[in-house]
Amino acid sequence: MTVFLGLLFRNRLAAIGAVVFSIILVSVLIAPLLPLQDPDATATADRFQRPFTEGHLLGTDHLGRDLLSRLLHGTRLSLGVGVLAAVAAATIGSAVGIVAGYFGGRIDNLIMRGVDMLMAFPYILLALAIVAALGPGLMNALIAVAAVNVPFFARNIRGVTVGLAGREFIDAARLAGMGHARIILTELLPNVLPVIIIAMSTTVGWMILETAGLSFLGLGSQPPQADLGSMLGEARSALISHPHTSIVPGIMIFLIVMSINLLGDGVRDALDPRLRSGALSRPRAMTLVDRKGAVPTATTDLLAIQDLHTQFHVGRRIYRAVGGVSLSVQPGECLGLVGESGSGKSVTALSVMGLVASPPGVIAGGAVRFQGEDLIGARYERLRRMRGDRVAYIFQDPLSTLHPLYRVGTQLAEAIQAHHRLSRTEARTRALALLKDVRIPNPEARIDNYPHEMSGGMRQRIGIAMALANEPDVIIADEPTTALDVTVQAQILALLDDLRRDRGLAIIFITHDFGVVAQLCDRIAVMYAGRIVEQGPTRAVLDAPAHPYTKRLIACVPELGGGQRALAAIPGLPPVVDDLPPGCVFAPRCDKARQGCRDGEITLAGSGPRAVRCLYPEEVI
Amino acid sequence: MSGYILKRLVSAIPVLLGISIIVFLIMSLIPGDPATAILGSYATPENVEKLNRDLGLDQPLVMRYFIWLGNILTGDFGRSYSLNRPVIDEVLERFNATLVLAGTAFVLCSILGILAGVASAARQYGLTDKVITFVVLIGISVPSFFLGMMMILTFAVNLRWLPVSGMYAIYGGGDLPDLLNHLIMPALALAAVATGVIARLSRSAMLEVLRQDFIRTARAKGVSETRVIMGHALRAAMVSIIPVLGIQAGFVLSGAVYIEIVFQWPGVGRMLVDAILTRDLLLVQGGVVFVAACYVLFNIAVDVAQSLLDPRIRT
Amino acid sequence: MPALKVTGLAKTFSVKKPLFGAAMPGVHAVKPLSFAVEPGETLGVVGESGCGKSTLARMLVGLLEPSEGAIEIDGRALDTADPAKFGRLIQYVFQDPQSSLNPRKTIRQVMEAPLKRLYYMPRREREARISEIFASVNLREEFLDRYPHEFSGGQAQRIGIARALAAAPEIIILDEPVSALDVSVQAQVLNLLSDLRREFGLTYLFITHDLAVVEAVSDRVMVLYFGSVVEIGRARHIFANPSHPYTQLLAGSAPVVGRPLTAPEQKGTELPDPLNPPPGCAFAGRCPRATELCRTDEPILKETGDDQLAACHHPLKD
Repeated sequence: MTVFLGLLFRNRLAAIGAVVFSIILVSVLIAPLLPLQDPDATATADRFQRPFTEGHLLGTDHLGRDLLSRLLHGTRLSLGVGVLAAVAAATIGSAVGIVAGYFGGRIDNLIMRGVDMLMAFPYILLALAIVAALGPGLMNALIAVAAVNVPFFARNIRGVTVGLAGREFIDAARLAGMGHARIILTELLPNVLPVIIIAMSTTVGWMILETAGLSFLGLGSQPPQADLGSMLGEARSALISHPHTSIVPGIMIFLIVMSINLLGDGVRDALDPRLRSGALSRPRAMTLVDRKGAVPTATTDLLAIQDLHTQFHVGRRIYRAVGGVSLSVQPGECLGLVGESGSGKSVTALSVMGLVASPPGVIAGGAVRFQGEDLIGARYERLRRMRGDRVAYIFQDPLSTLHPLYRVGTQLAEAIQAHHRLSRTEARTRALALLKDVRIPNPEARIDNYPHEMSGGMRQRIGIAMALANEPDVIIADEPTTALDVTVQAQILALLDDLRRDRGLAIIFITHDFGVVAQLCDRIAVMYAGRIVEQGPTRAVLDAPAHPYTKRLIACVPELGGGQRALAAIPGLPPVVDDLPPGCVFAPRCDKARQGCRDGEITLAGSGPRAVRCLYPEEVI
Repeated sequence: MSGYILKRLVSAIPVLLGISIIVFLIMSLIPGDPATAILGSYATPENVEKLNRDLGLDQPLVMRYFIWLGNILTGDFGRSYSLNRPVIDEVLERFNATLVLAGTAFVLCSILGILAGVASAARQYGLTDKVITFVVLIGISVPSFFLGMMMILTFAVNLRWLPVSGMYAIYGGGDLPDLLNHLIMPALALAAVATGVIARLSRSAMLEVLRQDFIRTARAKGVSETRVIMGHALRAAMVSIIPVLGIQAGFVLSGAVYIEIVFQWPGVGRMLVDAILTRDLLLVQGGVVFVAACYVLFNIAVDVAQSLLDPRIRT
Repeated sequence: MPALKVTGLAKTFSVKKPLFGAAMPGVHAVKPLSFAVEPGETLGVVGESGCGKSTLARMLVGLLEPSEGAIEIDGRALDTADPAKFGRLIQYVFQDPQSSLNPRKTIRQVMEAPLKRLYYMPRREREARISEIFASVNLREEFLDRYPHEFSGGQAQRIGIARALAAAPEIIILDEPVSALDVSVQAQVLNLLSDLRREFGLTYLFITHDLAVVEAVSDRVMVLYFGSVVEIGRARHIFANPSHPYTQLLAGSAPVVGRPLTAPEQKGTELPDPLNPPPGCAFAGRCPRATELCRTDEPILKETGDDQLAACHHPLKD
């Protein structure tokens, strides 16, 4: 609760809203105690007094009634009715929505058909029909407004409930012997409640407006009793001659609704966990660069990553996802980058072309050089021209990485047209040729497919074709086969291997699977907690791993043909990269660690192509 | 495609029936005897009974519904006693005026709202974003009827730029420029709230889409940022914006009731409010059913637009 | 007597009737299949996406009602309508450990639910039992008052296993229990599962897509393809000496250190259309050995070796 309030008031607008709303609320609540005139006492002699006249701070209306007194009493009524309508609509609507969403099937179908029917009315028609049937009056206006809003809540809450009801913890509760009522009350409701509160806080203002609107039309509160809407409605006829009688209640409605909306947005932001972590920020076109220290000098490699530091700045915390990685590839070479999740291998790859989501990502040091040119310091337009043209990417899940609403042919053509002036037909011919290159059967028909019409393997072939579109020098493949079935994976790997041999491509292949690197890569680099711990020719590293982490990680992976057995495991968990231990980051999990390992920085050292970051390596290299 | 449209049209039939049942049930809740209401309290019992028979009111509820349904299907919505003319004639005439007002406002709010949302998302946390967010907040907090009144006060009474109210000038009006001149203020006042809602939604839809993997793919291909935002991102965001446009059309139609009162626009909303206050129930019933049916058809058009955009729902 | 016996179990999902035209026959997610698991045994179930392995698992624990067939545990038939009745006999460990824990409940509340609802245990006994279980899955008791988001994937999966153990079942269905975990953590969880099996005499049904994992943990392996069992046999033999061409394809596709990269021989990778399945063997379209017979007659499971059965007209010889 204190966390919630803290978050709420860190949002300055929400705080302003809260202050304004509290002032209104307090003055309305103490209105009966204030020395105000009777709001309904008429004095036709004093009609249409201007504001700030003696005895009438805000002036009087067409019957000479004191506007201040009427305003406070009217606000009290409007607030009460609006909030009551919101509570009623939220309660009924949420109950209906939860029941429909949880049980699904026929019950859901029946309820939602009814809701759809109510939503098929423009809302005021339904409200007008209800008021027409029940007769004008504030209570009836309340019923109409609440009834009209029930379907909105029902539909909203049902959507959330359906999502939750499909989650595995609901299944788990069922297996733990809970009944339907108990699951709804103890498993679902606590998770749906924030959504209900958000929906309510963002609609209360709206419902106050709606009830005021009905009163404005003369269908709500009846004279002499007045709420804000009917005050405005009565003042309308004197709008031109005595505008203050309209402006006073109008401004009040505006202030109430505005402060509630501000507060509501604040509540929503404070309750939405995604906003808390800053995840709702949109990534910029390129990663922010804030390099400290000297930029390493140019090399002759095709692509060189030099002492790269990439961090994530979340609130006050700094996650050092990549902490000084140096790598290089030559033409025609395949480099495997191996590590567990969180080791920084994908972030390293995305940093090359400035594709790390930013915020929160920041490149804090080092360089990436393509044929000697520093890409980290490059301007956006320069980087854009290189992306996909000289250095191309293949991503993991081909369903989410292809645009769902464009035909695959269009997406391929676009990749070419982003770098070459080609006509539509030329681009299409080229796209067709690319589909043939990646061995898609029946390419003339497939070119007009949408991604969802293809299987996972076919989609990944499209991803590869897109990467090949401009005949790049380097392809960075980020776990391209992890989401695929094993038989499909074998085909995609074979395809990639053929392509690179035919075209002399350099590939940086990122994976967690030693089997895959062993089959595809010439060299490998093993990453742990943002650093390279070992690198060298594939065979040499796999046959005789020098770093204890590499050795034990290889031992963890069961291999086909070993029979039923106990597996080697590494105790403990990988460290969180916002709080790395000094010295060797693997030391806490390493059975060979000695005091020296925990003291200072350990360098990546070795002879020839091999190197290891360990004081007491398993093998002398 | 035509198969999808046909399917949607067929699926609208139960919704339309549902609407007619809901309206019929609400109206049959009304206490008292409609015949007495129509004939006034001085009617003779014989006359009341005759009218009841003529209107079919002596039949059971279910029968009455089917009689009523048969009548409205043949275009017979009954006769308005306060205006002494067929309900359908009055509704059609008034609906035209509402369509001009609400249609203009809807086009305005869609275009302005989406543009504002996209600009806001593309410059998240920048000055543009802050200004738009603030204006939008005011837009959704101010009651449209109050906004309309303040516009009259400022632009018609004080500045004398635009006419105070009505659809055409009383003397010498009636042409298109005259209509547009009268349309500016009510259309803007009506569009304000919906523009705000659409802008907010477009902003959050764009932000959501911009974080998706396929945007990263587009950037990795070297596609220019303008095309990433206005092409890839906006297209995907439209999938969640279009349904909201459909809902907002209902809100614009609803808001038109207030605006028609404030600007004395001769639309169906003002007619309904007057009919309720004079208890001309057949007019209320006819107006509600007619407008709701039009809205259902409009929403089918929205669904079709959605299916044109998103191949995944085209079945 | 087998611990778990399944006879003719099948699931057909009905397809929504189109507005015009006749109703569709429905999608056979799992075609009638029968198998038995002996007490203390681990039966591995492998297959690629769309083979029906998750549907099978959900039917076995009562989360999904089977279209036909029967489940017997220790010779007693199960009422397939009520998951709570399953709870004390058969439990489930989910693939995604985070998603299987209610984000708004403490671990203690999660652990107490099966004890309260299935065994009506009083508070004191519950506490003792939870301590006992936590000790056996190597979790610290201070975790009990924390919320799920505070745990890593490996820890959350241990909690998931602990919850399944709390119900003291005889059989545990493990649905891809390690595929969301990193390799170094995966080995920890697999070893823990094997220790628990020995300690509590549990029977496992281990579902996975990873051949190496299934071979390392199982006594016998059942290979599913397109909703049917294509081969079943001893874990030690089945991948080394497969009888069914699909099993051979699977085994040949797994990347192995030291084996050169070759795409296994096959014509396509597409599964048949579930709405319009072909007659005969579902694998015929991808099979290098397929003949006319395979495209017309559906093969049934036949003995092909020592405790090994395959559904193939032209099984591979050793």
